[in-house]
Amino acid sequence: MEMIQIVGLGLMATVLILVIREQKPMFAFLLAAFTGLFIFLFMIGKIEAVITVLEGLADRSGIPTIYLKTILKIIGIAYIAEFGAQIVRDAGQESIASKIEFAGKVLILVMAIPIISVIIETVLGLLPAGG
Amino acid sequence: MNLDVSAIFQIAGIGIIVAMIHTVLKQMGKEDMAHWVTLIGFVIVLFMVVRLLNDLFQEIKTIFLFQ
Repeated sequence: MEMIQIVGLGLMATVLILVIREQKPMFAFLLAAFTGLFIFLFMIGKIEAVITVLEGLADRSGIPTIYLKTILKIIGIAYIAEFGAQIVRDAGQESIASKIEFAGKVLILVMAIPIISVIIETVLGLLPAGG
Repeated sequence: MNLDVSAIFQIAGIGIIVAMIHTVLKQMGKEDMAHWVTLIGFVIVLFMVVRLLNDLFQEIKTIFLFQ
């Protein structure tokens, strides 16, 4: 039962953070960051299994691997950006958090451009000549 | 992956003990010593967090970015 472990961990860490925040807010912030990292690392092993299955499916259906790679990269960027932004937001730096999210969006857009261009080429190929 | 929950207790313990030492040293009138103790405790905890952060980034790189 991983879920119970995660919830217990979160509750325990929250109580500890509440205790420490009175004395040293710096340590409370680091403890919050550590707990977040811990839960993320705990879960990333599960994601790995899902991605292995996805790769197998893509191999069998003959989808070019570049598409799957791009999508996985986008998912990775989204996770990292969200994580970093939330930790920074916890520390009270709302503006830096929005910039991190903005950078994540731009990078995702850059990654997606090859796929978008392929889609547009396909659509143009479907149109009748001279259209 | 060698994750252990005791690291969270360690960080919380370091925080509480450093706060205690800080208070005691301030009562004794050694302000600068108190600040050094806080700084050293902070650096130790920062090391632990950064090491875990490095682990996480390596893991994400190997899983999502194929490197």
